[in-house]
Amino acid sequence: MTRLHWSPGPAAAPAPPVGKAAGSAANGLNGRIPEGPIADKWSNHKFDVKLVNPANKRKFRIVVVGSGLAGASAAATLGELGYAVTMITFHDSPRRAHSIAAQGGINAAKNYRNDGDSVHRLFYDTIKGGDYRAREANVYRLAELSVNIIDQCVAQGVPFAREYGGLLDNRSFGGAQVSRTFYARGQTGQQLLLGAYQALARQVHLGNVELHERTEMLDLVIKDGRAVGVVTRNLVSGAVRSFSGHAVVLATGGYSNVFFLSTNAMASNVTAIWRAHKRGAYMANPCFTQIHPTCIPASDDFQSKLTLMSESLRNDGRIWVPKEFGDERPPNQIPEEERDYYLERRYPAFGNLVPRDVASRAAKHEVDAGRGVGPQKNGVYLDLSTAIARVGRDVIDERYDNLMQMYERITGEDPYVAPMRIYPAVHYTMGGLWVDYNLMSNVPGLYVLGEANFSDHGANRLGASALMQGLADGYFILPNTIGDGLAPLLGEDPVPTDDPAFAEVESAVSDQVKQMLSVKGTRSVDWFHRELGKIMWDDCGMARSAESLEKAIAEIPELRSEFWRNVRVLGENESFNQSLEKAGRVADFLEFGELLCRDALHREESCGGHFRVEHQTEDGEALRHDDEFSYVAAWEHTGDHAQPALHKEALEFEYAHPSQRSYK
Amino acid sequence: MKVTLNVWRQRSPNDGGSFQIYEVDEVSPDMSFLELFDVLNEQLIEKGEEPVAFDHDCREGICGSCSMMINGRAHGPESGTATCQLHMRKFEDGATITVEPWRANAFPIIKDLVVDRSAFDRIVEAGGYITAPTGTASEANLILVPKEVSDAAMDAAACIGCGACVAACPNGAAQLFTAAKIQHLNLLPQGQPERWSRVIDMVDTMEEFFGSCTNHRECEAVCPKEISIDFIALMNRDYIRAQFKQRRLTGQKS
Ligand SMILES: Cc1cc2nc3c(=O)[nH]c(=O)nc-3n(C[C@H](O)[C@H](O)[C@H](O)COP(=O)(O)OP(=O)(O)OC[C@H]3O[C@@H](n4cnc5c(N)ncnc54)[C@H](O)[C@@H]3O)c2cc1C
Ligand code: FES
Repeated sequence: MTRLHWSPGPAAAPAPPVGKAAGSAANGLNGRIPEGPIADKWSNHKFDVKLVNPANKRKFRIVVVGSGLAGASAAATLGELGYAVTMITFHDSPRRAHSIAAQGGINAAKNYRNDGDSVHRLFYDTIKGGDYRAREANVYRLAELSVNIIDQCVAQGVPFAREYGGLLDNRSFGGAQVSRTFYARGQTGQQLLLGAYQALARQVHLGNVELHERTEMLDLVIKDGRAVGVVTRNLVSGAVRSFSGHAVVLATGGYSNVFFLSTNAMASNVTAIWRAHKRGAYMANPCFTQIHPTCIPASDDFQSKLTLMSESLRNDGRIWVPKEFGDERPPNQIPEEERDYYLERRYPAFGNLVPRDVASRAAKHEVDAGRGVGPQKNGVYLDLSTAIARVGRDVIDERYDNLMQMYERITGEDPYVAPMRIYPAVHYTMGGLWVDYNLMSNVPGLYVLGEANFSDHGANRLGASALMQGLADGYFILPNTIGDGLAPLLGEDPVPTDDPAFAEVESAVSDQVKQMLSVKGTRSVDWFHRELGKIMWDDCGMARSAESLEKAIAEIPELRSEFWRNVRVLGENESFNQSLEKAGRVADFLEFGELLCRDALHREESCGGHFRVEHQTEDGEALRHDDEFSYVAAWEHTGDHAQPALHKEALEFEYAHPSQRSYK
Repeated sequence: MKVTLNVWRQRSPNDGGSFQIYEVDEVSPDMSFLELFDVLNEQLIEKGEEPVAFDHDCREGICGSCSMMINGRAHGPESGTATCQLHMRKFEDGATITVEPWRANAFPIIKDLVVDRSAFDRIVEAGGYITAPTGTASEANLILVPKEVSDAAMDAAACIGCGACVAACPNGAAQLFTAAKIQHLNLLPQGQPERWSRVIDMVDTMEEFFGSCTNHRECEAVCPKEISIDFIALMNRDYIRAQFKQRRLTGQKS
């Protein structure tokens, strides 16, 4: 392996040593999974954890960063319990977090449809969908809590879709053979986030949560091995300010934007978890990234982001390409027998509903083979005409109205006239900071929720399971586990923000800001982001090889050092400066991208979203190597110019036995 | 395509601000309006001028961040469309386009096209929720919600909180936003226990920040989610009924 070579970025203050990492044990990382049969672990654990008595809760301050589903639900619930909460978000309102954009729905094992669903089945599907790279105990708990989430959201007034009799409606969603997905038109994320945001607003009103909007966390503060607070920059005034607490919770979302083009909101980034990583938190499985099969193909070079078409469309849409290479005919002039419904052909049992990674690679296969459609030949068709003929246009309208409008707005084409064109895009990141069963990282006092942690989805996430996980983490898990870490601190005040531990990190943050402004080079921040995205997508995208990854690992440090020599960030710190905000985020992507590639290189197998071309079955399916890689890879930062150190958490499967996935 | 942009530039809240003219040559009809600004900003950075600040995030018409007054119309010419979903094919080649921030007393300008909309959060904090602490909920299907009711609540709940309604209103009123927020909850069975206090608290808070409604209906015309002003009527009805209810309750107490 080439030696890891970090750029001469601004010298960050050296990370203080982390106390004996809570989770590490001599033989690897310990996820601290409770004992007992899987169905009893969570109940047993709730009994075993230390509690903070109601009158004492207000003596604890918890800093929550991020107001998406995970952060808002956690902050609201912690506030309800009586903790003193500080909520920090770079958005101008908590309600704008990226979670708002989720379309399709949220899973829950309610079995309202009497179609064979159960907690065990949701657990099993999630483990299998994740290609046996997730922790059984966590996933089982997630499936158990899924039913409480729906109850909670309904009580808050989330307007889920209903049947005529007034009961909740369900649909089946990518990769599932049961109908367990709850939805609110095509705006499920919006409605769930509004529910959590409203609960949060109530706590703000009651004075239990202190809200700091347009405030970006730029570093984590550790003292005596514990996370004691964060350092932020006010995006309007540029002021650098510290917030201190007995615990820090990061719920800062995923890092898909390391690829530049993704379906994530423009501001989604890796900064919070990357800076925490540089201070000692382990980064787990960063190479597990998900490519979503149903996005609108890029139209030109100015494309700034890609738009997802909810994969619920795959319930009614049939995916095809012309059999003939380079067929230029408009789609409705291509007769049935000259169309290749390749998913139905290759996977008769699951057809158009195969998991995302399988559907994405199949689309890439067709486009690479030269059967792509559309002006840029970079898509495949998703055709609703069979469904329209079967159930009528009104029903389709009702199900997908806003998606159809969105498609037409973006492409200028009417999806009722011609089939939609779709292509995979980066969408979700399963990797993230390593956490134990309590959702605490290896740094005591630092908790990580939602897409920012690595838990639950293994190497591939099932559709409609991210919302479920974010809300399980925030509403139900953290509020029950955080007391375990807090109880021993009773009577201690939070570390004051004038403590040298804070001062040191504050000056590191200010120095980096100054350094970015002082380069005064010739290239814009966006230019660097785009270049990084190209490397990541070409060499570490849907198909990865040792060769492509080594190439990326050589190119990224060059780009990074060019960034620090040649970036042009105009304006000053003391005002609203979006280039400066973005520069910090891109600087972190330029470091993180390399770790992602290194993780991908080290994982000499294909699993879920991680496809190594060297490791595939004869018919091109992902080939896992359970004997060697049935573990969580958790990376430790060992210095700006050093190789990261690998820690392994072994995965054991007692209830869902690994099998090669087959969707045929 | 080629366009001329006439853009409001303002360095800081207390700065005077003025229009600046920029030409952008390489415009593709498939570009979104915000991508046009990306190109403009790259051009400005190249020349060593500070890029235009504008709020945006999802670029899918759902987060409510984007907020441009385009040729005098909030979110531009296409109805039912947020700025981020407006595409250049809706403009003529060679067009001159004037772009301003939302202008309203309750939305102070932060910089260029970016305004502070936090007054909306204050309205929600005043009562825009159902009190249902985590863990207290009953089994979801015990609460029956007729489909029509749920659909109507969803129509209101679709509000993205962008503030176009306020920007379009000659009085800078926030009636449409507030009504959507109130009626989402007041229509649902779960929202009934707090219905009357909710409407009073939210409307009163709204009035601390925003102007009054005089039925111009501009808000409905520009709403990217096409939220109906019927919700304002429902809110007003609830507000009046709530005053009677409150009086009766007050009477009982004394
Ligand atoms: C287009 C799209 C559709 C999707 N559809 C579905 C679906 O149908 N079903 C499903 O289950 N999942 C879906 N997902 C995935 C799901 O939406 C996300 O995984 C989930 O919402 C993430 O929630 P979160 O709370 O972890 O983070 P986010 O919602 O991303 O929130 C992150 C928060 O952290 C804040 N933040 C981040 N960094 C900092 C910092 N440094 N300082 C201060 N604040 C910071 C942000 O301001 C924000 O408030 C979809 C995703 C996309 C992109
Ligand atoms: S950027 Fe989110 S609505 Fe326009």
